[in-house]
Amino acid sequence: MTKVTLTVNGKTVSKSVEGRTLLSSLLRDDLHLTGTHIGCDTSQCGACVVHVNGEAVKSCTMFAAEADGAEVKTIEGMANADGSLSTIQAAFKEHHGLQCGFCTPGMVMSAAALLKDNPKPSEAEIREYLEGNLCRCTGYHNIVKAIMAASGQDVPAVAAE
Amino acid sequence: MYDFEITKPGSIADAAKALGGDDAQALGGGQTLIPTLKQRLASPTTLVSLAGLSEMVGICKDDDGRLCIGGATTHAAVAADGSYPGLSGLAAHIGDPAVRNRGTIGGSLANNDPSACYPAAALGSGATIVTNAREIAADDYFKGLFETALEEGEIITEVKFPVPEKSNYQKFVQPASRFALVGVFVAKYADGVRVAVTGASEEGVHRWTAAEEALNANFSADAIAGLDAPSGDGMINDLHGSGEYRAHLVKVMTGRAVAAAA
Repeated sequence: MTKVTLTVNGKTVSKSVEGRTLLSSLLRDDLHLTGTHIGCDTSQCGACVVHVNGEAVKSCTMFAAEADGAEVKTIEGMANADGSLSTIQAAFKEHHGLQCGFCTPGMVMSAAALLKDNPKPSEAEIREYLEGNLCRCTGYHNIVKAIMAASGQDVPAVAAE
Repeated sequence: MYDFEITKPGSIADAAKALGGDDAQALGGGQTLIPTLKQRLASPTTLVSLAGLSEMVGICKDDDGRLCIGGATTHAAVAADGSYPGLSGLAAHIGDPAVRNRGTIGGSLANNDPSACYPAAALGSGATIVTNAREIAADDYFKGLFETALEEGEIITEVKFPVPEKSNYQKFVQPASRFALVGVFVAKYADGVRVAVTGASEEGVHRWTAAEEALNANFSADAIAGLDAPSGDGMINDLHGSGEYRAHLVKVMTGRAVAAAA
């Protein structure tokens, strides 16, 4: 067992973890932050995306021991300080960017990472950035619309490809 | 996953020492190794994490103008660099953004997946793979599927890329995995053109010398159009495509890479 100390959504936490403990397991099982979803556990679906030191990573594909000293942000840390939805979250709600909602935590975290680096992405850039986030309900159109809206751009009539 | 210990050495020397232990395995960004461990296809006793070794992170130019990339540098960092456009363009399309934020060049080259992108860049550039023990020319480094010249416990600390006049990488992705069904890296240097192919051959990444000769005489897509596609013998033949299909793609993607080279 290794002791890890990290900051999660602004709070410092310390836990003992096995070598094989994944960051996603630490977040969900030890810290009870179950907003981070495990969809595939094979690094493909992106439902488990969180930010580690400001960068989007798949928390099912990183060991908890490697997050020692890191600053981690999960979907639980995305709302505004007063508890209201952040701009991105509100846009997902407004534009029906979710149906079952399973992929949504990863979608929101990826969207936040994209807009940090690219505040006004094109529709094509959004679609390319979401390559590692799978949604089986929406066909992505409303997710793309939500991210366009969250970036302050006009929401286009997104055509089916 | 089977249980194992993770150690986080503070220096390359300590990492090399830790890798000398029984059943120790180096852990780069983990974007291939962690899924492998989950499937119980590997069972190391100890994982030696290289991600925290700051002496292996970063990009610089050496006195010969070569781009020197630390072994633990992420794909995202290489994609953002831009001083070798063909290489940055390749790195920008490995996996997806979250994978690029963790995966490393050293990890990719050490694994030498036959469908990975980086081996094509290293071989296509005539790069030098620097380890904690020696320097290995790319032409001597790749030994077939998942096989390299690395000795047990040897660590890729740096990769040195001569920067070409023009370069480009074209990848035809397998639609489900997004790995290269065929990927071709073309680099034009003052002393000749190199063409490296990934994803296609049962022998792993390799050079297409007939294309190199044609491009040395005339660096244009027309020069490729006039060539026969390489033989389908020895190309990977699986449910995603026959050997002949892959051989045809090698020619098509080479032509596209030449046309797009900048």
